[in-house]
Amino acid sequence: MLGTGILKGLKETARNVIGSFRDKERLPTVMYPEEKVKTKENFRTFPFLVFDGNDAMLGLRCVSCRICEKECPPQCIFIIQERDENNKAVKHPRVFDIDFSVCMQCGICAEVCPFDAIKMDNIYELAGDDRFTGLLVDKHRLAKSNHYYHQIKPTEADEVDSRLAEDRRKAEEAAKAKAAAAAAKAAPPSSTAT
Amino acid sequence: MIPGVTIEEKTDPLQGQILEVSMGPHHPSTHGVFRMDVKLDGERIVSLKPVFGYLHRNHEKIAEDVSYLGSIPYTDRLDYLCSLTNNWAYCLAVEKLTGFEVPERAEYIRVIVGELTRLVNHTCLMGFFVQDLGAMGTPLMYAFREREKILDLFEGLTGARMMCNYMRFGGVRCDLPSGWIDEVKKVVAAYPRFLDEFESLLTQNEILIARSQGVGVLSKELAINAGITGPCLRACGVGHDLRKVDAYSIYSRFDFRVPIGAHGDCYDRFMIRLLEMRESLKILDQAIAALPAGPIMDPKAKSRGVRPKAGEAYGRIEAPKGELGFYLISEGGPSPYRYRVRPPSLINLTVLEDMCLGGTVADAIAILGSIDIVLGEVDR
Repeated sequence: MLGTGILKGLKETARNVIGSFRDKERLPTVMYPEEKVKTKENFRTFPFLVFDGNDAMLGLRCVSCRICEKECPPQCIFIIQERDENNKAVKHPRVFDIDFSVCMQCGICAEVCPFDAIKMDNIYELAGDDRFTGLLVDKHRLAKSNHYYHQIKPTEADEVDSRLAEDRRKAEEAAKAKAAAAAAKAAPPSSTAT
Repeated sequence: MIPGVTIEEKTDPLQGQILEVSMGPHHPSTHGVFRMDVKLDGERIVSLKPVFGYLHRNHEKIAEDVSYLGSIPYTDRLDYLCSLTNNWAYCLAVEKLTGFEVPERAEYIRVIVGELTRLVNHTCLMGFFVQDLGAMGTPLMYAFREREKILDLFEGLTGARMMCNYMRFGGVRCDLPSGWIDEVKKVVAAYPRFLDEFESLLTQNEILIARSQGVGVLSKELAINAGITGPCLRACGVGHDLRKVDAYSIYSRFDFRVPIGAHGDCYDRFMIRLLEMRESLKILDQAIAALPAGPIMDPKAKSRGVRPKAGEAYGRIEAPKGELGFYLISEGGPSPYRYRVRPPSLINLTVLEDMCLGGTVADAIAILGSIDIVLGEVDR
């Protein structure tokens, strides 16, 4: 009979309307901004620079190797390396700017960074009224503490920390072994001396 | 007179006039910025010229400038509803060039996310299609409600809901977070209920049947000659699915069937997608059950600084919209010498005029909706 298909469909609609009063599955709307969905741990938006310790500028992990600048697909990272008074390159960025209006949040900078210095943030309410300089973020605004990193991405941050600690331990061991070898060379064995 | 409308005199004034209407580029049902120059004899279409390129972003030329890795996020933006299958096709082409081998676990993860992407795309399409037919809001919102659950899964795994940027040459970027596979199981288990609901909501609806059955019929011969792929081709009765034909990745291990239509009209194209989702769920069930442990990246693969040997490769997969292919020519440099995308949406769009001729303006909207285009992919 003509119209049965429509009636059958309307039954579905009615089921959804009634269901929305008691079943959360049928009414998933979230009353943003009063209520917010908790973002997943992996959720990424814009990059930030991780620093250790208390001083944001001294503790920056970035050594300005410029790998991220080279790999960034839309080329939104801009780095100038710091130089000391003798004009010698220092492993520290003098300028580190990211243009958030160009950044496409792909996360490749964080992926290629060999020093775990740049990571992906999960902030998403960045609307501003300044069209040009407001979204060109410098290293002071980019720098965020390792503590903050642990807060937003606990699992990933723990992994990074243990990896860095392991690297440091290996480096120390290597340095120690090197020092020991050097000392052994400098002081000839006692048996040959006598 | 309405702007964009011209009237052409016919030779015999008693026969009336031919009306030329420019539909678009900002038409709500053109799925993006797409224009159709339509010539109308009364309500009937006598000629239709698709005009596109409004969303051109120079994707192919940019890819020839950036590194191989740097192109992956750009491929996300081709067909922005199914970024993961775009990644997959591109990685497949690069893997053919470099010879990286994808470990077992990564293959399974790829199949799982690929089939989830197919669910996302087809769910969206069904909503959009009935929206184009005039069922404003309700079915589309039901479809989006379900799609949202899968997007949440993508967010948990890849960090982004739509621009996933997940696959890498020789594997995938990161392993599954703990508990993720259980969430997938939940979504997959609940999905058939939604499909049943959607089916009883619409498939027997007299209005839908009147608007789509016998509308936009595409013949088998024309479909094959024009290179149509994907659900549009299968709706004409051609059993061509790259998952079966090429059996790329590990699709030969799964037991699934390829639904085939009989008439090649809009209704068939709509139903094919519904049936395909059920097959996708079957594949998902099998893939989740068989997911092995192990590495997710080929140990000799690297993502940064890939410099394949000189040569060329064509990687293609069955994307939700049809055959998505990437053709790459390498000269041994850090970026490809030539990079070419074979987008299913664009090629499926080439038969639009043949399907629309003789139909009404309202039919043209329905036909365009049933082809399933995404302008990000058509214009690139």
